[in-house]
Amino acid sequence: MQYHAFVIKYAEIGVKGKNRYIFEDALVKQLKRVLAKCDGNFIISKVAGRIYIEAEGFDFDETVSQLQTVFGVTGICPAVSIARDGENHLPDVDGVAKAVLDFIDGVYPNKNKTFKVKVRRVDKSYPVDSMEMAAELGGRILDAFPEMKVDVHEPEILINVELREKLNIFSEIIPGPGGMPIGTAGKAMLLLSGGIDSPVAGYMVAKRGVEIEAVYFNAPPYTSEKAKQKVIDLAGVIAKYTGKVKLHVINFTDIQMYIYEKCPHDELTIIMRRYMMRIADILAQKSGSMGLITGESIGQVASQTMQSLMCTGEVVTDIPVYRPLIAFDKQDIVDISYKIDAYETSILPYEDCCTIFVAKHPVTKPRADIIRKHEENLVEKIEELMQTALDTDEVIEITK
Amino acid sequence: MEAYLDNSATTRAYNEVASLVAKIMTEEYGNPSSVHHMGMVSGERLSQAREDIAATLKVEPQEILFTSGGTESDNLALLGVAKANKWRGKHIITTAIEHPAILETTTALEKEGFDITYLPVDETGVVQLEDLKSALREDTILVSMMFVNNEIGSVQKIQEAGELIKAYNSDIYFHVDAVQGYGKFVIRPRSMKIDLLSVSGHKIHGPKGIGFLYIKKGTKINPICYGGGQQKGMRSGTENVPGIAGLALAAKMCYENFEDKQNKLYELKEYLIKSLNERLSDIKINGPACREGAPHIVSVSIKGLAAETVLNMLSSKNIYVSAGSACTSNNPHISDTLQAIGLEKDLLESTIRISMSFMTTKEEIDYFLDTLCSQVENMRKFYRH
Repeated sequence: MQYHAFVIKYAEIGVKGKNRYIFEDALVKQLKRVLAKCDGNFIISKVAGRIYIEAEGFDFDETVSQLQTVFGVTGICPAVSIARDGENHLPDVDGVAKAVLDFIDGVYPNKNKTFKVKVRRVDKSYPVDSMEMAAELGGRILDAFPEMKVDVHEPEILINVELREKLNIFSEIIPGPGGMPIGTAGKAMLLLSGGIDSPVAGYMVAKRGVEIEAVYFNAPPYTSEKAKQKVIDLAGVIAKYTGKVKLHVINFTDIQMYIYEKCPHDELTIIMRRYMMRIADILAQKSGSMGLITGESIGQVASQTMQSLMCTGEVVTDIPVYRPLIAFDKQDIVDISYKIDAYETSILPYEDCCTIFVAKHPVTKPRADIIRKHEENLVEKIEELMQTALDTDEVIEITK
Repeated sequence: MEAYLDNSATTRAYNEVASLVAKIMTEEYGNPSSVHHMGMVSGERLSQAREDIAATLKVEPQEILFTSGGTESDNLALLGVAKANKWRGKHIITTAIEHPAILETTTALEKEGFDITYLPVDETGVVQLEDLKSALREDTILVSMMFVNNEIGSVQKIQEAGELIKAYNSDIYFHVDAVQGYGKFVIRPRSMKIDLLSVSGHKIHGPKGIGFLYIKKGTKINPICYGGGQQKGMRSGTENVPGIAGLALAAKMCYENFEDKQNKLYELKEYLIKSLNERLSDIKINGPACREGAPHIVSVSIKGLAAETVLNMLSSKNIYVSAGSACTSNNPHISDTLQAIGLEKDLLESTIRISMSFMTTKEEIDYFLDTLCSQVENMRKFYRH
């Protein structure tokens, strides 16, 4: 089937009242961004609560897979589109019927299906109204394809016929990612490790229209350049959806070693994570981020028990910490990781800073008062070390 | 300062080799199978390269078959001989410390019904001839043994092994993977009774993606890829003339003033081992004694340190070495060689390989030693137990 256009469906944006145009404009901007990467010429138009993409010389699979990375899109409907004639007339009833029959024949080789025709007559000057047109087309379809049956309640095929600037016919709806368009919410700072969870957490928050900035804690020479490259690649996975990710690479080695020297080893991970949160907090506030994002999930590891979460969370007081995976099972997280093509990268076997110094039996029920007390051992140098870490922040802009 | 000490992984090409390759790619780019003048020129390059390489081994030019490198040569030797000789028997002998290009191929052959014997090695990584002798059977068709081990530099008794095999049954083929040995030792397939010998270009300052397999005249071997019938049908595909000419030049250059260069490399190795022993505590040099092993490979285990950490630290100072065993917390693959020589468990992850070449200088070794020795104690403090 040769399609000429896509009808883009979006859900929540449609109900945002007076702000609706902001959301639609953001969606159009994102659509433009991804279509710029595809072969072909595209014209995006926003008419009467619909976004249309007229397409020419395009590769169907490439275009659809790109459109599927745009948050806010709930459905992508490939459409046949027929222009008005020289006298600015839409096709007459016979013309519309022929186009619909050709469409059905092209898209559904197997006619043994139930169907319904839905007509929208946006151009009210068209001489036949929606109901009449639907009835007429239904009859012609039954005549042409006797195997097909009408079912107005749960049809297998819903044939949409739109009489507007052009005649549009579409039936299939390819699911989009849903969510809200990037640029409609604000920005948040993702604590990105090389694991499976944090990229998924970033993806999920981004899906609500949130721009993502990320911070990675590097621990050379205990972690390798390959581990860092892996994190850059994972930030790239998120950037595929958001357009860009600004990644901060913080050299954490000296802080980690200082904690290792001064604090009980079974509390190492907790204290380390508290300092990661503190640094991320500072970076967030500097960059105008309105929250932190972590990939934590209750009970997944020792540092993510409820007690541990309380301990690591308490150091961030001015902005919220978003934990979109908090109630997810590992398998659910893995499923999303697969879906967004992060999994293969996430499982590459490089040490990250959290696995390097991990104690054999890390504390699982840390008490904040005790942890705070042990952190006092760090008072001499920690401020200076944190400042150095922030001063040597390496910023990498990842654009997709 | 930079110190490239990962020459068993790959080497820097000689400048002369790089220029020659570029020249042939841009000026003499004809297909050697073409009958016009350009083709003839390429054809001549090809025969000259064959002659030059054959001369380094004292064999006939027509016994040299060009391949894409060590892995293909090993695959062709094993699969090709197995296929052509399976009617005589299905027993193949190899060693426990071969390169994956051999071990993965024998695993594949096992699935096709071949019976493979893996010879053990002693704690220096050397196969005992008695073990080889008792492994030989009536249905043995092939013995495959590496010349120099890539991880610890142990050298097999190829001459004695060859004689032993042929004395038992002259129909048994003897394949030697000489990827780490060629260019570092004088190899004489005829007197060593070698029937097949694998060599790779980029380990001897030649180009990547090129290598050869010496196949003694009369060896029964089947091709493993089919096509236009180049190289007498044994290895179809347009010959990589620039690569082949580059490989031949590199081989020639490696064997110029050879004894001198080899001796200098041994002196450098001696100096490296001696300095490591003097300057670091709790380390272990793996493999055979200095002059009994290859001149370019030193394997050292540094107790209480993860090899990966050492590698990262050195890399940040532009010093490049390898981990003795590809092993991280998420990847439990432990080196077959290091296990086969019975290295203690806690040293397996603490082993690095320093591999030199004829281009390595004493300054590079000193830079490496100074950097490593100044950091070891500091890094040891933070080793995860």
